[in-house]
Amino acid sequence: MTEAETVYRPHPEDHTFLDSNEIVINMGPQHPSTHGVLRVVLRLDGEKIIGSECVIGYLHRGVEKIAENRTYVQFNPYVDRMDYAAAVSNSLGYCEAIEKIMSVVAPPRAQYVRVILTELNRIASHLLWLGTHALDIGALTPLFYCFREREEILKIFENYCGARLTTHSFRIGGLQYETYDGFEKQVNVFCDDFLHKVDEYETLLTGNRIWLQRTKGIGVISAEDCIQYGVTGPVLRGSGVKWDIRKAMPYCCYPDFEFDIPTGQNGDTFDRYIVRMEEMRQAVRIIKQAVAKIPDGPIMAKIPKVIKPPVGEIYHSIEAPKGELGYLVVSDNSTQPYRVRVRPPSFVNLSALDIMIRGHLVADVVAVIGTIDIVLGEVDR
Amino acid sequence: MISDTLNTAGAIAKGMATTLKELFQPTITEDYPFEPPNFEGRFRGVHVLQRDANGLEKCVACFLCAAACPSNCIYIEATENTGDNRVSAGDRYAKVYNIDYNRCIFCGYCVEACPTDAITHGHDFEIASYETGTLVYRKEQLLAKEPQGAPAK
Ligand code: SF4
Ligand code: SF4
Repeated sequence: MTEAETVYRPHPEDHTFLDSNEIVINMGPQHPSTHGVLRVVLRLDGEKIIGSECVIGYLHRGVEKIAENRTYVQFNPYVDRMDYAAAVSNSLGYCEAIEKIMSVVAPPRAQYVRVILTELNRIASHLLWLGTHALDIGALTPLFYCFREREEILKIFENYCGARLTTHSFRIGGLQYETYDGFEKQVNVFCDDFLHKVDEYETLLTGNRIWLQRTKGIGVISAEDCIQYGVTGPVLRGSGVKWDIRKAMPYCCYPDFEFDIPTGQNGDTFDRYIVRMEEMRQAVRIIKQAVAKIPDGPIMAKIPKVIKPPVGEIYHSIEAPKGELGYLVVSDNSTQPYRVRVRPPSFVNLSALDIMIRGHLVADVVAVIGTIDIVLGEVDR
Repeated sequence: MISDTLNTAGAIAKGMATTLKELFQPTITEDYPFEPPNFEGRFRGVHVLQRDANGLEKCVACFLCAAACPSNCIYIEATENTGDNRVSAGDRYAKVYNIDYNRCIFCGYCVEACPTDAITHGHDFEIASYETGTLVYRKEQLLAKEPQGAPAK
């Protein structure tokens, strides 16, 4: 098959009226609301979408191949560059995977700090999603408010580890940096403040007529389809499946905390919005519990200077803001991984785009891409 | 129909009230580039090669930073210190010490690896350039200023 055939493959079940006015258009890769360099080839009947195909790879950097040429420690900063909106989660998944294969457990204090930072990062990622998603649909105001709160989180990151986005905050075996003076206080102040802010975003959006019309009944995906496509994260929960790796296959110290898993019913864009809003509140709940009982003690487990995990392979997955983020690490007892395979949530969720946008209008594609919450750095790797 | 209209009007009024309230909040944006931006203490910026109290370079050319660097962007050439040319306190010093900022990802591994705390992260970040050649920083650009009143070499 040539490239053109793969891309414009006709779908036999879709016919336009007399097959006369089918148009194929390119959306992206340079399109502001594809959130990066995603190219969607849309087949249209008038303004109605009768089929689509995602063309990806514009941001491919060969992260998995790089892993084979770096030591385990040296590869750690690279995982931050996959989902750069949630770098801390990526780092947590990678470090835990290597710890698992080495049979090392990070000390309790390190685990608590990890949970605090990861949940803060979940909020930051959802805020970025909310701001840009609302902006795509036409609500300009929430963007500024979301970025204002996100800035607070990024300041905490910068204070803690010296970088705002590609934080590289965790190390294999624990943490590199001890928390700074006033860390707990700053996090607490943010949390108390933030709950009101979430209500404020909801004031702007939840009852808004335009918002409701642009999101209700748009991009509906059923729970069965979600499971068939392997969709995870808020998209799956928006369709009513109560699946969250933090509860289903607990990792780090998540069993220590009480929190709920919000779910939707209709699996449309609006429900996914509600699920993510509630997730931010739950994240605050987790952070507050973690800050309240953060233990003292070492922040780094005893690990050898040169990391050489025993021969074997391991799969470890965590609940990243966008869904299940998994790492398959194969070790051949050398200093470099034999193979690292990443299961990125954005990539898998994006595969469901086609069934979500069929029958909708072009303007809804923007809403649906926004609601899946993809980061192209992670899709292409 | 009428209740629909009223609901919509109510929602818009509520949204506008939020916006109006925010109008009177203090400004939080920074006036960069007209004012210097605020950095937190641990910010990882362009590296600085430190000197000790006597003005000697702390770097002893041990290559640990270059070995730790994930992106292989540190290039060092080591030379022995001699009696009349003493540059560092150790046996050797770095005659050439380049960091290629085309490749550096500001991960901080070099700083963690350094046994003499010679290399540190500064707060400089304005290194964008139209020419990649200028992004290879030499030792002279990275070195901290000589302390005042240091003994003449
Ligand atoms: S910060 Fe990281 S990438 Fe940059 S020179 Fe140091 S070790 Fe290399
Ligand atoms: S900067 Fe530090 S780690 Fe690098 S060569 Fe000099 S002394 Fe060694």
